[in-house]
Amino acid sequence: MTTKKTDSSLGSNGRRKPKLAVWKFASCDGCQLSLLDCEDELLAVAAEVEIANFPEASREVIKGPYDLSLVEGSITTPHDAERIHQVRKESKFLMTIGACATSGGVQALRNFSDVKDFVSIVYASPEYISTLKHSTAIDDHVAVDFELRGCPINKMQLVEAISAILNGRKPNIPTHSLCMECKRKGVPCVMVTQDTPCLGPITQAGCGALCPAYDRGCYGCFGSMETPNTCALSEQWNKMGVSQVDIVRALRTFNAYAEEFRTESIKRAERT
Amino acid sequence: MSAIKSNKTSGTKTIKVDYLARVEGEGSLFVKVKGGAVKDVKLKIFEPPRFFEAFLRGRDFREAPDITARICGICPIAYLLGSSQAMEDACGVQVAGPLRDLRRLIYCGEWIESHALHIYMLHAPDFLGYQDAIRMAQDHPEYVKRGLRLKKIGNAIMEVIGGREIHPVNLKIGGFYKAPTKKELNTLVEELKWGVDAALETVKWVATFPFPDFEQDYEFVALRHPDEYAITEGRLISNKGIDAPIKEYDHHLIEEQVAHSTSLHTKVRDRGACFLGPLARYSLNFDKLSPLAQETAKEVGLGQVCANPFKSIIVRAVELLYVYEESLRLIQNYETPDRPALEITPRPGKGYGATEAPRGICYHRYTIDEKGTIMDAKIVSPTAVNQPTIENDLRNYIPSNLDLPDDQLQWQCEQAVRNYDPCISCSTHFLKLNIEREA
Repeated sequence: MTTKKTDSSLGSNGRRKPKLAVWKFASCDGCQLSLLDCEDELLAVAAEVEIANFPEASREVIKGPYDLSLVEGSITTPHDAERIHQVRKESKFLMTIGACATSGGVQALRNFSDVKDFVSIVYASPEYISTLKHSTAIDDHVAVDFELRGCPINKMQLVEAISAILNGRKPNIPTHSLCMECKRKGVPCVMVTQDTPCLGPITQAGCGALCPAYDRGCYGCFGSMETPNTCALSEQWNKMGVSQVDIVRALRTFNAYAEEFRTESIKRAERT
Repeated sequence: MSAIKSNKTSGTKTIKVDYLARVEGEGSLFVKVKGGAVKDVKLKIFEPPRFFEAFLRGRDFREAPDITARICGICPIAYLLGSSQAMEDACGVQVAGPLRDLRRLIYCGEWIESHALHIYMLHAPDFLGYQDAIRMAQDHPEYVKRGLRLKKIGNAIMEVIGGREIHPVNLKIGGFYKAPTKKELNTLVEELKWGVDAALETVKWVATFPFPDFEQDYEFVALRHPDEYAITEGRLISNKGIDAPIKEYDHHLIEEQVAHSTSLHTKVRDRGACFLGPLARYSLNFDKLSPLAQETAKEVGLGQVCANPFKSIIVRAVELLYVYEESLRLIQNYETPDRPALEITPRPGKGYGATEAPRGICYHRYTIDEKGTIMDAKIVSPTAVNQPTIENDLRNYIPSNLDLPDDQLQWQCEQAVRNYDPCISCSTHFLKLNIEREA
């Protein structure tokens, strides 16, 4: 088998294409899969950028520096805490994608416990496991140029962010609450009409208000909106009969270590 | 860096692939050859552990589906559904009728998405000599475009029923939050019809690829259902004598520590490694495939049993054809259920659930208390079970290929790993792994 060579480094205008790299840390792979899930846009994106380092999709590894790095996953091992600095050094623009990279992800649930207990529950030989006490977001370690939220990210937001960055403009990604998106879609409020607890009022929009559209409360997979009133929402849930334990559980899922969710869940946990 | 090093004086050759490409997750490969014999094979997993079984303890049983879905972005249905069924088993409830059909339909969506991704984007480039599908698209745009369209339809099924293709929001214990209408499902029909033809063409296309002669004596393990090609449930069976309900999984498939690695490897009790996934399903359940899928398989020269892992790409294409037909059938017969989910009241006990993820059986076992709080969780992903089989393949495949130039030998080894469509993100959350790294 011989490699077939084609020059993929030049764009349609004959200029050098920007180099794109995709990096993975602790994660489920879903956010980088979103790029491959852009079935209609993938070949168009590939025509505008040179996919220089994307192991999930390609054997080819083209050396850095890279014009744009997409970083998926959180930092959970000593080795990854070093590796992310190397990624930063090689990247002109670094965008984190998804709840793991932007808040530590579901694996940050260890941050509220003793990770040693976790290791011994799962592993027979804990001495072989190299792990950090906390799972942390990428921006706890290096400067991040743009964050794309979601568990998983919305692929249309991904396409928007990539094209904005490559064209030197600010990505058009709103930071308001899910409620705005829900109202715009004309979905009746599930808190008001169905008495269903919903994290929408404190969660950033972006998913398309999916859960309320499917008759369930938002579970906060896009993390907190800009300046959320978490306390007021918890009080409202209380009034609806939700226990403190269940409020803590709701705040501690995929963005458990995002600052606003974390602070509120710690406050509520103290009252249980 | 990936490399092959040859040492002429000692006669050793090592193949090191530090970061396996076109697999989901982070893994590496280490092979040591001396004097024509393979001395050591290690498929290493260095994906960081995420401790799902640990943090599930103390969570409410209703949270398990959404939480475990995050084990894998490629096959979330395997986790959403496996955990739901295990909880239903613990609570003594069985989901049947249109809700069960709807589960099967969304699972068909996941198979379509995952199989089309693997056939076209991850595996075909190996056979045609490209680094990836995007570079392949420059010479063969028609194939890559067909693959993307086939894949997109799988995602469309997931989206219509589940809300989105990755970590869909509409599944829960007992069924769904909201059942789709027949009209909503009917929007998929035209594309699905195109997909049946395109999947048929896919089988014929991949069957023309060059395959090495490499048949192995595997113990195939898969689910089997009396009325259908098993996807969402079935008995655990094998070609070497297993035939048991899923609650006896732990009795038949046991994990043991092996000397060369700190990984826990799954073995069949009193025997050895086993093989999960498309080849196993096909070889054990050929009679349950649709007439068209059976005929097409015969037409391209596949027997009723296929024991050549390189031909898994053809088998995956046959399964792709089957799930396209099956999706159409399910939509045709669908009537909106009276209610979207069954009521479930927790009771203390143990529950078991297993489904056929695109890569093979994904097993769940939970213990819950009277309030529904999770006391214990065990989840086994197919890639973890296949890991020793992948290593055996390399051990047996390399000796007859040592005369290949180094770069081609390395590529062949990678291809032998990709035969299994390994999903390393899945396997890691429980693997007893050695984080030792190659410099």
